Amino acid sequence: MKDQPSKQLNQEMNSIELIIGKILRIGVIISATIMIIGWLLLVITGKSGYVGNFHPTSFRAIFAGVATLKPYAIMMLGIYCLILTPVLRVIVSIYSFYKERDMLYVYITMFVLIVLIVSFFIGLSQA
Amino acid sequence: MIETALIMIALGVFAGIAGAILGLGGGIIVTPILTLAFGLNIKYAIGASIIVVIATSSGSTIAYLKDEVLNLRVAMFLEIATTIGAVAGSLLTGVLDPKYLYVLFGLLLIFSGFNMFRKLRMKPDDYRSGKEDAIAKKLELNGSYYDKNLKKTIDYQVTNVPSGMSVMFGAGLASGLLGIGSGAFKVIAMDTFMKMPLKPSSATSNLMMGVTAAASATVYFFNGTILPNIAVPLAIGILGGAVVGSRVMQILPTKLIRIVFIPILLYIGANMLFQGFGVKL
Repeated sequence: MKDQPSKQLNQEMNSIELIIGKILRIGVIISATIMIIGWLLLVITGKSGYVGNFHPTSFRAIFAGVATLKPYAIMMLGIYCLILTPVLRVIVSIYSFYKERDMLYVYITMFVLIVLIVSFFIGLSQA
Repeated sequence: MIETALIMIALGVFAGIAGAILGLGGGIIVTPILTLAFGLNIKYAIGASIIVVIATSSGSTIAYLKDEVLNLRVAMFLEIATTIGAVAGSLLTGVLDPKYLYVLFGLLLIFSGFNMFRKLRMKPDDYRSGKEDAIAKKLELNGSYYDKNLKKTIDYQVTNVPSGMSVMFGAGLASGLLGIGSGAFKVIAMDTFMKMPLKPSSATSNLMMGVTAAASATVYFFNGTILPNIAVPLAIGILGGAVVGSRVMQILPTKLIRIVFIPILLYIGANMLFQGFGVKL
């Protein structure tokens, strides 16, 4: 039998869930905002900031482009932030399981995070 | 340019709503439209559909501050099988003949389509099998959700964890080896094999798809197949659509979701069978 969670723990979990919900919401809103700014710049100026259909794909090129307000660079940055939102989700889940004192799921979710990190490096190496 | 972008936003809203309700991630809707209606190279369509999946997943996550429907434990536990399957799939490319996988997965989808058809005549209460599953209990996979359509809390028990995990492994294998979206398999693993109700299955599938897609998205991002002028308006539309879709899903009758789901399963299944037998459509 699982121990009945105490009232205090329950309340704590409720507030943790709310904080996590807000963190995730902020993460998605940030990436959407960056994408929209880049897209509006593209529509207003009519220029992507690059020659032809080229768009930057390396961190260096993207950040250099963002510094000079190139629309495609800002859009790519927004897309990258969006790709990171599920990772953020996994990270906050680890914290939430930890607060629930559910170590089995802390390990399970950490394993998922490690696989994600490994695949990020595979992606970088294949570029 | 602005016309294309507005069409992309509209397509995104539609794919986001449908994807969030069905747990399919939306790639299955967007990819054929981009290739057939816009003549986009399949390479770039796949790049766009990866972003579509992530946006659907994240959009449906933020619709509520607290997750009322999805089962986080089931998601993270099954994610192990999916990610290992995906890695195995990409390693097996060139070793395993995809032909047999297409036939196998095609048959599985069609079987599940008929199984779902059978479930149409069941009452939602039938989900409470009453059987205690030792593995599910040990892993605390059983859950409950408040069904806004029935206006009551549904407790459910998860069974057949090993077979659910096998299908999830297959889903990962399929996405790694065949490059196809695996939302249909994820919903099937939970709904058909593990006897989870459809709504938590769909919501959990969406969460898992975002995590799996994030893993492969980096490859696409850095090799240049994600085109910003297509992916950005799509993603913006989808984020909005998915927020709406996951709210709508909660109030829809499960039966209606299933009725929409079945033909899609049969369609994907038949498509895979044809592909396996080398028939060009």
